[in-house]
Amino acid sequence: MKRIINEMKLRLRAIGENEAVARACISAFIAELDPTVEELCDLRCAISEAVTNSIVHGYKGYSQNIPTFIYISARIYDNREVTVEIADTGCGIEDIDRARTPSFTTGDPGQRCGMGFLVMESFTDSMSVKSKLGRGTTVLLRKNLKPYAEEKTCHKG
Amino acid sequence: MTHVDFIERQDELIAGISAEIDHHTVVGIREEIDRRMFYRRPRRLTLDLGSVGFMDSSGIALIIGRCEVARSMGATVRLVGLSAQLSKLIRLSGVERIDNLTVAPCER
Repeated sequence: MKRIINEMKLRLRAIGENEAVARACISAFIAELDPTVEELCDLRCAISEAVTNSIVHGYKGYSQNIPTFIYISARIYDNREVTVEIADTGCGIEDIDRARTPSFTTGDPGQRCGMGFLVMESFTDSMSVKSKLGRGTTVLLRKNLKPYAEEKTCHKG
Repeated sequence: MTHVDFIERQDELIAGISAEIDHHTVVGIREEIDRRMFYRRPRRLTLDLGSVGFMDSSGIALIIGRCEVARSMGATVRLVGLSAQLSKLIRLSGVERIDNLTVAPCER
């Protein structure tokens, strides 16, 4: 039975500046696990996509005057599994299968290319999406970090 | 705040991006590159990603868009300075199939 060894909850304003903040927080949170560069980059990238989706799609068309939030909840388990849940209370996704289709986007094509879910899926070990129209969307990302490796003989920058 | 350093060489415009490329930062980067592209009208745009510390799929949208701008002026685009992580994202996106884009092999 796996045990939770650390937890973090974050509530961030749904603004572009916080894409970088969310990445930085996750990096700091999992640093104790000494992830590889690749694992760290993968997770940072996946989280960036999820947070961006909430800002760009979840809260699309919402008034700028009323603050909207993204809720991130991360856990580390004793088997080196990391889970990160990214939730918003935005418009929700009507058709999740369609949203997950690469190159489908409701955003500005100059800024988004409809790859968000593909990246999240490819760069983690599992991804699931729960969404209710008018209520919001929650993405759950799970990544199993490799066991502490025996010192690598060849370290490539 | 500037994120892009330009080097102009005959028909080539080299844009060295030094920023984390996400949905928030990509707008400024795109505008800087396009402004210089329309002014110089190079035959080739080289995007140097060697100093990019982070990039998500917003960077892919940036690349696709610059290929379109380049195509509109009969130019090509070349990507250089890819890290292993960036290469992985590039491969996943399939942008290598864009006909006026060449991707230099991973350098770091």
